[in-house]
Amino acid sequence: MNFELSDEQVFLREAARDALGRVRTVEAARDALEGAELPDLWPTTAQAGWTGLLISEDHGGAGLGAIDAMLVAAECGRVLAGVALLGHLPATALLDADGGEGQLLARLASGAARAAFVPARPGDDRDPAWTAEPRRGIRRAPAPAVTVGGSDGGATVSGTVAWVPDAPGADVLVVAAVESDGRPRAVAIDGGAAGVAIEAASAYDATRPLGHVTLDGARGRLLDVDGEQLAAAWFLAQALIAAESLGAVEEALRRSVEYAKERFTFGRPIGSYQAIKHALTEVLRRQENTRSPLYYAGWAHGSKPDEFALAASAARSCAGGALDYAARELISVHGGIGATWEHDAPLFFRRAQLSRRLLGGTGDATDRVAAELLGQAAA
Amino acid sequence: MDLNDSPELAAYRSQVRAWLEENASHAPRTRGTGDDAEGVAAHRAWQRRLAEAGYVGVTWPAEHGGQGRGPLEQVVVNQELAAAGVPGILDVIGVGMLGPTIIAHGSDEQKQRYLAPMLHGDEVWCQLFSEPAAGSDLAGIQARAVRDDDGGWRITGQKVWTTNAQFAAFGLLLARTDADLPKHNGLTMFVVPMDAAGVTIRPLRQISGEPEFNEVFFDDVKLEPGSEVGPVNGGWAVALTTLMFERLTIGAGSEGLGYRADRFAAAIASDPVAAADGGVRRAYGELATELLALRFTGYRLLTAISKGRIPGPEAGLGKVTAVNAAIAAGDLIADVLGPETLQRGEWADLISFLPGLKSAGGTEEILRNTIGERVLGLPPEPRLDKGIPFSELRAKERQEVQA
Repeated sequence: MNFELSDEQVFLREAARDALGRVRTVEAARDALEGAELPDLWPTTAQAGWTGLLISEDHGGAGLGAIDAMLVAAECGRVLAGVALLGHLPATALLDADGGEGQLLARLASGAARAAFVPARPGDDRDPAWTAEPRRGIRRAPAPAVTVGGSDGGATVSGTVAWVPDAPGADVLVVAAVESDGRPRAVAIDGGAAGVAIEAASAYDATRPLGHVTLDGARGRLLDVDGEQLAAAWFLAQALIAAESLGAVEEALRRSVEYAKERFTFGRPIGSYQAIKHALTEVLRRQENTRSPLYYAGWAHGSKPDEFALAASAARSCAGGALDYAARELISVHGGIGATWEHDAPLFFRRAQLSRRLLGGTGDATDRVAAELLGQAAA
Repeated sequence: MDLNDSPELAAYRSQVRAWLEENASHAPRTRGTGDDAEGVAAHRAWQRRLAEAGYVGVTWPAEHGGQGRGPLEQVVVNQELAAAGVPGILDVIGVGMLGPTIIAHGSDEQKQRYLAPMLHGDEVWCQLFSEPAAGSDLAGIQARAVRDDDGGWRITGQKVWTTNAQFAAFGLLLARTDADLPKHNGLTMFVVPMDAAGVTIRPLRQISGEPEFNEVFFDDVKLEPGSEVGPVNGGWAVALTTLMFERLTIGAGSEGLGYRADRFAAAIASDPVAAADGGVRRAYGELATELLALRFTGYRLLTAISKGRIPGPEAGLGKVTAVNAAIAAGDLIADVLGPETLQRGEWADLISFLPGLKSAGGTEEILRNTIGERVLGLPPEPRLDKGIPFSELRAKERQEVQA
């Protein structure tokens, strides 16, 4: 048994930390809230090879695994970098599995083109239907509908998916849709195709570009992937948002500890009080309890696909709780100043608040863990 | 990352499994406990059988009767025992914690005399560290050891939370040998025969009504010369060794307590209405996620141990996670199944057992202090006992109470 990162993986993580460290991403996150442009990190992403991380070497990519993608995502999360990988990586994993468009894959791998995954949530024991993010409310929307056929042998997709990560400006959308008999299909649609409308959604966390995607008879190419592969793309997105959160938790904890050592009250550093010490230990506990299922998800993705849904959902569930807690604690430890506009703590808080509600939400991932395990127990 | 056995480990696993297939019929149905002499005898015989096959003290050096193998092999043995549905050894505390302490600090005579019978279950050991007034602050113990004319010792004091004391042959006892030194410096570790004159053992009943622990009283108990383990007044370092092996034992067997997500799932899934209820699912999903995290944290820990790294105090966070998730599971299962759950059986035992476990091996609060200071590097609590001779400290405490 070996359940820790390889030397190559540690190197990948350090290289990502270095590359992202050259841009003042946290300051940019605040400026973006006041309307400034986010720094364009796509060239950095392409240069580092992250754009082709999940594209096989045959198609011009790096052919790495889910765990490597998570390590990069964690580094992005650590510095609140607005890197469009949350949309790009699951989309490219599906396009690579399909393998039908070598040229497009090469362009996606090199970063010359960017993809976004328009996700649908796979059904479960309580509701077998695939569903999409609603614009508002607790009831999920039906996944876009696809009809297969036509003169070019393609597919026609109609429907709306709200709050899609990295959709605005994507060159290609990989849409999870269902046929009239409920069969899930993946369709690649050109971002500029007729019938595609993407409304940029202004978000509480300005580092995360989101879009409401409306497809009205949009034509695209049916990918040669099955329902399990499409479900795996949803869970990959869960694992990636969990990894981003882990990075943010680590940074929030580091900042909290640093401040708790140097701020004094009643003649003592505040970190010497149990109230602070125990709360920060709780952040550490949640942080490590996020890392372990993330590794599990990374391992399962390649070696135990049957367990990937459970592992990725567990990682998302832990990560969501950890970031919520860590972000609030970061503010609390700093006192009132931690809740002011000029301080960085609110940027982590904004990240936590928005992340929690994307891609089905943290609570849905927790429910999925229950569904998987209770389902196994009943079987 | 790879969770599969290496070829060598896989071969070892099939060897263990084959042995268990042939020998499992000799295993007792449950763990031996103090008020059940027959159960203890059966469990003792089972340990002896395991020891003769080389499955006890797997990580002990060969020169002391062990197998000289790594922690992964120990985990394989634990896993296969669990898979076969049979209990492990009777003397987990001796073989897992006290034996390794004697190997690290004991004299050659002590190793010669004590280790082999411990391994075979012929002589069970108990740990005599905690006292009614010293748990989290273990170095504050008051049991006294006074040098006798013949070079031996006289022990007076009280110990508590002592597992297996009723049928233990020996105890490893931490006592104060010099009260004029600051409290960590005046301690010495001893081997105590539990049948010595002046030793009184009283069962301590827990919430469930079962005596899971004992109190042990020492009234001028005579120890032979050479009963010390490690140097006189050097007992604190010896105790730390034991506590390190305790963390190792807990880390290597975090699932050994039986707090597994699948086990709790079975109880809830037996009621299809509960399994479809959003609130039940949320509560179960939360605790199951924690237990899954714990399992894979365990693999990380094992990887570190197998590469020769010693787990630090952060391993204690696993205990916090396990206990709190199990408490949540007990509550949820009783909510789902109703008040009858509390009367008797598996879940009643679990629910009654956990409040005590929360403090065992260090309270959650003291664990969080230690981890906050040692792992996160946060400043320590202000201490009022540093560098003060233990005798003065006691006087000071009494004054404060009176004031």
